[in-house]
Amino acid sequence: MSEPEPLRLHVPEPEVRPGDEPDFSHVQIPKAGSVPRPEIDVDPREIRDLAYSIIRVLNRQGEAVGPWAGTLTEEELRDGLRHMMTLRAFDARMQNAQRQGKTSFYMQHMGEEAVSCAFRRALEPGDMNFPTYRQAGLLIAGGYPMVEMMNQIFSNEADPLKGRQLPIMYSSKEHGFFSISGNLATQFIQAVGWAMASAISRDTRIAAGWIGDGSTAESDFHAALVFASTYRAPVVLNIVNNQWAISTYQGIARGGSGTFAARGHGFGIPSLRVDGNDYLAVHAVAKWAVERARRNLGPTLIEHVTYRVGAHSSSDDPSAYRPKTESDAWPLGDPVIRLKNHLIRIGAWSDERHTQAEAEIMDGVVAAQREAEKHGTLHSGGKPSTRDMFEGVYATMPPHLRRQRQKAGV
Amino acid sequence: MIEAIRSAMDVSMGRDEKVVVFGEDVGYFGGVFRCTQGLQQKYGVTRCFDAPINEAGIVGAAIGMAAYGLRPCVEIQFADYVYPAYDQIVSEAARVRYRSNGQFTCPIVVRMPTGGGIFGGQTHSQSPEALFTHVSGLKVVVPSNPQDAKGLLIAAIEDPDPVIFLEPKRLYNGPFDGHHDRPVTPWSKHPLGEVEEGHFTVPLGQAQIHRPGAAVTVLAYGTMVYVAEAAAGESGIDAEVIDLRTLLPLDLDTVVASVKKTRRCVVVHEATLTSGFGAELAALVQEECFWHLEAPVARVAGYDTPYPHAQEWDYFPGPQRVAEALSATMEA
Repeated sequence: MSEPEPLRLHVPEPEVRPGDEPDFSHVQIPKAGSVPRPEIDVDPREIRDLAYSIIRVLNRQGEAVGPWAGTLTEEELRDGLRHMMTLRAFDARMQNAQRQGKTSFYMQHMGEEAVSCAFRRALEPGDMNFPTYRQAGLLIAGGYPMVEMMNQIFSNEADPLKGRQLPIMYSSKEHGFFSISGNLATQFIQAVGWAMASAISRDTRIAAGWIGDGSTAESDFHAALVFASTYRAPVVLNIVNNQWAISTYQGIARGGSGTFAARGHGFGIPSLRVDGNDYLAVHAVAKWAVERARRNLGPTLIEHVTYRVGAHSSSDDPSAYRPKTESDAWPLGDPVIRLKNHLIRIGAWSDERHTQAEAEIMDGVVAAQREAEKHGTLHSGGKPSTRDMFEGVYATMPPHLRRQRQKAGV
Repeated sequence: MIEAIRSAMDVSMGRDEKVVVFGEDVGYFGGVFRCTQGLQQKYGVTRCFDAPINEAGIVGAAIGMAAYGLRPCVEIQFADYVYPAYDQIVSEAARVRYRSNGQFTCPIVVRMPTGGGIFGGQTHSQSPEALFTHVSGLKVVVPSNPQDAKGLLIAAIEDPDPVIFLEPKRLYNGPFDGHHDRPVTPWSKHPLGEVEEGHFTVPLGQAQIHRPGAAVTVLAYGTMVYVAEAAAGESGIDAEVIDLRTLLPLDLDTVVASVKKTRRCVVVHEATLTSGFGAELAALVQEECFWHLEAPVARVAGYDTPYPHAQEWDYFPGPQRVAEALSATMEA
């Protein structure tokens, strides 16, 4: 035998970079309605193929087809469309507010609105999300007032978090939304712990954990899957694969694994991929997983296949690392347009109503912003006090902090 | 002391069904140091159970449970293994109350055996307390005897905020004073080994004068309390040994009152010297007591090396090194 070659390190690269033609030919898109819907108590070994496929309900003609269709009424679908349109309008206004210096930072959802908006509809009051920074649809669809969100973004005198958190790192226990960390992946295992606690307490409430494609590389992702698997925790573990972790394409975190969903197989966790730009599909899969959790059948791993149309954050410029027209080439389309077309197709919506709704929603967002700005923005008007900075570190302020606060003269 | 720690968890679990206990080897077997022995049999597998070997997972799950409303008391098998959980402790447990403005809280206890003296080498001997006292939002407790261990642990479990509970493993069996060549009196034959039955607490944030004295104040905690006591006895220097018991929040009043009385201060810990908790103590003493001091504040600590194996007793700041510091401080 000949001598082996010197070793080579493999560093994966995306198919295209700025200046190249966008190419998503590697994303295999099954026909809408073609993926079977198993019973919720299915043996995970029998549905391993669902981690390599994509569950889709809406076809190109705007029809809802196949075994996953039919989980929502027309009225609920119209609500869903309004939630996504609201989130989009909210993002547009807040992006603009950031550019105007009214806040330091913003993160928008363009293209990913269906994931959090539709998932929220599958939860019951009392269930708890452990979100990342791109699931504000959980709040919008959950009835959290936009003014409160804006007060947080502006870090103003009415900020429910007293100016302590980076903009968009919301928290609302009442709306089933755990405090966003900003450190990645930590919340995934916490969701499992919350779910374990619910099971220990013989409760009926379940948890949902959220993570991005890039952060699945964190050790906490592994921790979450081990604990969820071992204790069969009543939790839905969501991976939002929006293709990009800031400038790093999803192949860097995914490695040789065919899909992110397939990571669940080693843990014996039923793992599904869903068209994250298909409101109906996201809801149907969420409902399936939530019901499994609620019925003591344990965790489910869902990979939401979507695309981050906008920049990672207000501090990011994606044209530096991917083709400018890549989002137009994304084969799963736009979630708002797809649901709109479906509603029109079934006679439950029209272009006129859509235009009117857009205007109404924007009016609502603008009115909320006006209301929030009465309480100040980051650099002007009312703001949280210096005293607020010292409060709430502990339940009772210890002597050393009290001394420091006194020294600060507040 | 092991029985006292176990009793604290037993009493807490008996009084409050929200208290759950888990960690590596903690369930069926009862922990490698046997601190949780019998709890699973008594309270069932859903309240005391074995965890996967994943410290970040153990603490992360505990944080989620606390957000739900339980009071988890988890064990990290050795303090040396806590680092994978450091992000969960520092970025999450310590901050949840603050960042959510009290919507979510984190009443967890993270117990871990700390310190050397058992030929554990660099992975079973460390004293990482300063890594936690540096973090706003945490409380840090180091008991030095069975009665305190039980009362402090019950107080920690009942505390509304996260508590790092460091158990000096060299004290598990008796008040080890650093004389490694001599047998240790077992707690059963020591007055501090008598532990009250049932429920009681030792409040967090209160130091205790372990040995009253007039010549010099020694600030110590954990194993070093007995090392300092031995050094005082053997050197004939009438040192006042303060057992801090809680490092964060610190009982500064007791420290300041003693130093103003003795006008001298020696700070002792087993952890490495540089940026150790002793640096904070020395700074506080000079800030609060500078015009009362007759001598510079001295520090006796572990050397800034990893904890060695064969040279364990060269590394350990034993009674002789403490006595030398006491003498030097008296002569200054």
